[in-house]
Amino acid sequence: MPRPALKIPGLFTGLKITMGIFLKTMFPARGIKTLLPAPTLGAVTVQYPHKSPPEVPAARARGVIALKEENCTVCMLCSRSCPDWCIYIEGHKTKAPPRRPGGKERTVSALDRFDIDYALCMYCGICVEVCPFDALFWSPEFEYSEPRLADLLHDMDRLGEWMETVPDFETYEAGSDAKVRKVPR
Amino acid sequence: MASVLALDWGNYWQQSIFRVLGSAVFIILGAGTFVIAFLFKMMSYMQSRLGPMEAGPHGTLQLVAEVGKFLQKEDLVPARADERLFKLAPYIVLASTFLLAVVMPFGPDAYFVNLDTGVFLALALSSISVIGILVAGWASANKYSLIGGLRAAGQLIAYELPMVLAVVGVVIQAGTLNLQGIVAAQHSGEIFGWDGIGNPFILTQLVGFVVFLIATQAELAQTPFDMPIAESEIVTGYMTEYSGMRFLLFFIAEFATAAVFAALAATLFLGGWAVPFVDLDDNVMNVVGPLVLVTKMMLVGTLIFWARFTFPRFREDQLQSFAWKALIPISLVNILATMVLKVAL
Repeated sequence: MPRPALKIPGLFTGLKITMGIFLKTMFPARGIKTLLPAPTLGAVTVQYPHKSPPEVPAARARGVIALKEENCTVCMLCSRSCPDWCIYIEGHKTKAPPRRPGGKERTVSALDRFDIDYALCMYCGICVEVCPFDALFWSPEFEYSEPRLADLLHDMDRLGEWMETVPDFETYEAGSDAKVRKVPR
Repeated sequence: MASVLALDWGNYWQQSIFRVLGSAVFIILGAGTFVIAFLFKMMSYMQSRLGPMEAGPHGTLQLVAEVGKFLQKEDLVPARADERLFKLAPYIVLASTFLLAVVMPFGPDAYFVNLDTGVFLALALSSISVIGILVAGWASANKYSLIGGLRAAGQLIAYELPMVLAVVGVVIQAGTLNLQGIVAAQHSGEIFGWDGIGNPFILTQLVGFVVFLIATQAELAQTPFDMPIAESEIVTGYMTEYSGMRFLLFFIAEFATAAVFAALAATLFLGGWAVPFVDLDDNVMNVVGPLVLVTKMMLVGTLIFWARFTFPRFREDQLQSFAWKALIPISLVNILATMVLKVAL
């Protein structure tokens, strides 16, 4: 690498950088409007509730957890692995019709209640990881804040609605033998 | 010439009340302007952010909201603290700022006090705040506070010296300790025989100006020198235990002192309230002068806060060696050169 002709002390380089960013933020326009200060255009910051951010929701972001109710077997693994106990599950045993004609009736577990309290949830994703029956998925939606704390408790129906927003799993890189998981629709 | 501000009217108490109210207005407006213009906006733009935007147009009323918040908070006193000293400390710090504002000249007749030894008084008063900070650090009964208070004391005493020595150059060149006299000397001065724009001492005392600004930065505990409140090491130093109103007082004192020191630097080095080509005793200057001084104050403030938002913190021992081994020798040489030139020319 060629040596720079003139060595400027780091102190002044630092001052130049901060003032450069200041001027770029303050006067972002080119041409005739150069002298008009317009920090709202120059700054990287997006005034979120007033203007929508450029790239949201980010793909596979941890926004909200969606529940596929039919896949849940009330095994309680998610509830037990939750670090702050924000998943509430109740269920009962019921009879289902036999798989083959003439077979015996099956005993299955049905969900009565599946609530996630997002006021407690710390978005670790352990419940999604631990679910063996593909019932829990990450959805990137994040705009579900509430004025009342109690309204952050999402019940079975609300969690089921999030299923529509779950994106497909990304394909692995070329040469991988692993099968790409599918989101039950 | 009789004037409203020159205080040749009224009895002792009327004059005192006027001085207190006047410096209170200057301090609150100065601190508020500095916080909004520099801490909220300039800092944000330097980091490509927008800063507060919700309260008022472009967040200009944010400070009103902040003050309202601080006034609502509970005024906590730690159980083991020395309660009387703990409550007194912020007022000592603020008092030094108030007294500093009183000696500032704003125009030919627009001043609160016109003392023969104005510079001397200003520099002496600025060191009172050390006592308040030490008291705050000791009375909090907190190790972080004590370390912060001791660091502040060491730093402020170390940087008092280069600051005074930098000002001595100006005093030698002006031939007076009176702030009005220094302004007049800059207005009527000449640079090696050329008297086009007078002689703002920044031109002939550039070394002194740079040393004064660096020492000011340290006196204000602004960032390259913010070891007393280094939040990553000692929480917030001597302010750790303070909350609500008393924290607000420390906060106001910090930025008001920045404003007052910027005004002092503008008076000593940038020509004060005077404008070239306009007669010093012109009555117009009583109105234009304060505006000129505030403009120059904002310029100096920009320099102070530009450095604050650019540089990381010094190490504690580097701080001391920088003051004693670099700044003090430089300002001594500056005094010597000024003396020689003053006598020779």
